[in-house]
Amino acid sequence: MLDLWITYGDRLVDGAVITVRLVALACVIGLVLAVPLALARRSDRRWVSVPAYLYIYFFRGTPLIVQLALLYYGLAQFEAVREGPLWIVLGDAEYCGLLGLSLNTAAYVAEILRGGIAAVPKGEVEAAEACGMSRAAVYGRIVLPRAIRIAWPAYGNEVILLLKGSALVSTITVYDLMGETRSVFSRGYDDAVYLYAAGLYLILALAVTGAFRLGERRMNRYLRAAG
Amino acid sequence: MIPEILRFGDTGFGDELVVGALVTLEIALYSLAIGLGLGLTAAGAKLSRSPVLRGIAETYSLLIRGIPELLIILLVYYSGGAAIEMLLGLFGHDGGFDFNKRFAGSLALGLIFGAFASEVFRGAFIAVPKGQIEAALAIGMTRPQVFLRVRFPQMLRFAIPGLGNLWMVLLKDTSLVSVIALDELMRETSVAAEATQRPFEFYLAATVLYLLLTIVSDVFRARLERHANRGVAGEAAPRRLLRRGV
Repeated sequence: MLDLWITYGDRLVDGAVITVRLVALACVIGLVLAVPLALARRSDRRWVSVPAYLYIYFFRGTPLIVQLALLYYGLAQFEAVREGPLWIVLGDAEYCGLLGLSLNTAAYVAEILRGGIAAVPKGEVEAAEACGMSRAAVYGRIVLPRAIRIAWPAYGNEVILLLKGSALVSTITVYDLMGETRSVFSRGYDDAVYLYAAGLYLILALAVTGAFRLGERRMNRYLRAAG
Repeated sequence: MIPEILRFGDTGFGDELVVGALVTLEIALYSLAIGLGLGLTAAGAKLSRSPVLRGIAETYSLLIRGIPELLIILLVYYSGGAAIEMLLGLFGHDGGFDFNKRFAGSLALGLIFGAFASEVFRGAFIAVPKGQIEAALAIGMTRPQVFLRVRFPQMLRFAIPGLGNLWMVLLKDTSLVSVIALDELMRETSVAAEATQRPFEFYLAATVLYLLLTIVSDVFRARLERHANRGVAGEAAPRRLLRRGV
């Protein structure tokens, strides 16, 4: 079992690096997409809220593996796509995987944020308005910072789910940790490689959990009594 | 209106996709049964006084939470299969072991469901008001009676929203067993996409079928929640104990 690690260990580590990169980038892009989505979903105007609702329902209601296949294999079927400017993203498995993960996580994060925004105490919003803040200032200074703190633990869980979901990019030929693992397995059919991969994923998941705990402490440090 | 390749019968793959969707549902139901059993057992272990049982159940949850679903399926199918083969070998059986794909897939998905369900059940058990248990004891019910008549039925009411979310996750996770070539919806779709070289139409059709399963489940879940709360005044929708099984 150990010689398997000596032979293929660096490939698994290379794969883990790609996994970390994909997840980190998808987190950032997903969050950037999620904020307007969550706000749109809360809007009173139907032509704003309904498209956001449908987007979220689609991405939460279908499996990620199908979404990735549709993006990578499905869209490549059209010549207009293959000749078009988007081919830089859609023609490359890793970019395509990143796009799929980002679009998917955006839908989940938007729902988490929406819950967070709804949980911001009304009095705080009214107080900010009474101070004469504009709507944008109320959102930027009061609602969103508060919502992020409220939604933080749920967001941490979503990042763990994103980390686990990222393994699916291996089905569109990305050599992330899962992709390398399956490729190593296909050479010698030694299932010990799955145990190594499981160990690496566990370490990554624990690191994410730890990072979110630290972040929570830091973000809420103003709540602790002085001294 | 429907393209040729998606029609039913010899010319199209429409019927194959529908059969695949039925297999998806079948796998999901098997997994649900396994997962509910495991979830209840693990919840019992987590609430028990024995530190050994608690440790085992917590480790189980931690492992499942941290390992990708895809990897768990491969681990169960390949490593699990190899382990069973070895065990059978010890008992003098050397014909090899052919791990049934449906069973392996359902077992893997059931393991995943069970880990998250144990948290739902644990939370729901704790949510049953203490006063009711004391009241039941005060009127002379035995411990088993309190459990069967007061704690368990009420726990179920609290658990339903969380379990509903887990069912949605499970339905989508069934698509992952396609990696062990189990002929469910995702597998049938990719086979058809490859055979016809028309992946777009097929994967789009698959998303529509998955959405249909989701929508039907959503309706069913709302009904079940209403049914479970029919005896509670002013509780049209109970507080969500857990979102998305986390």
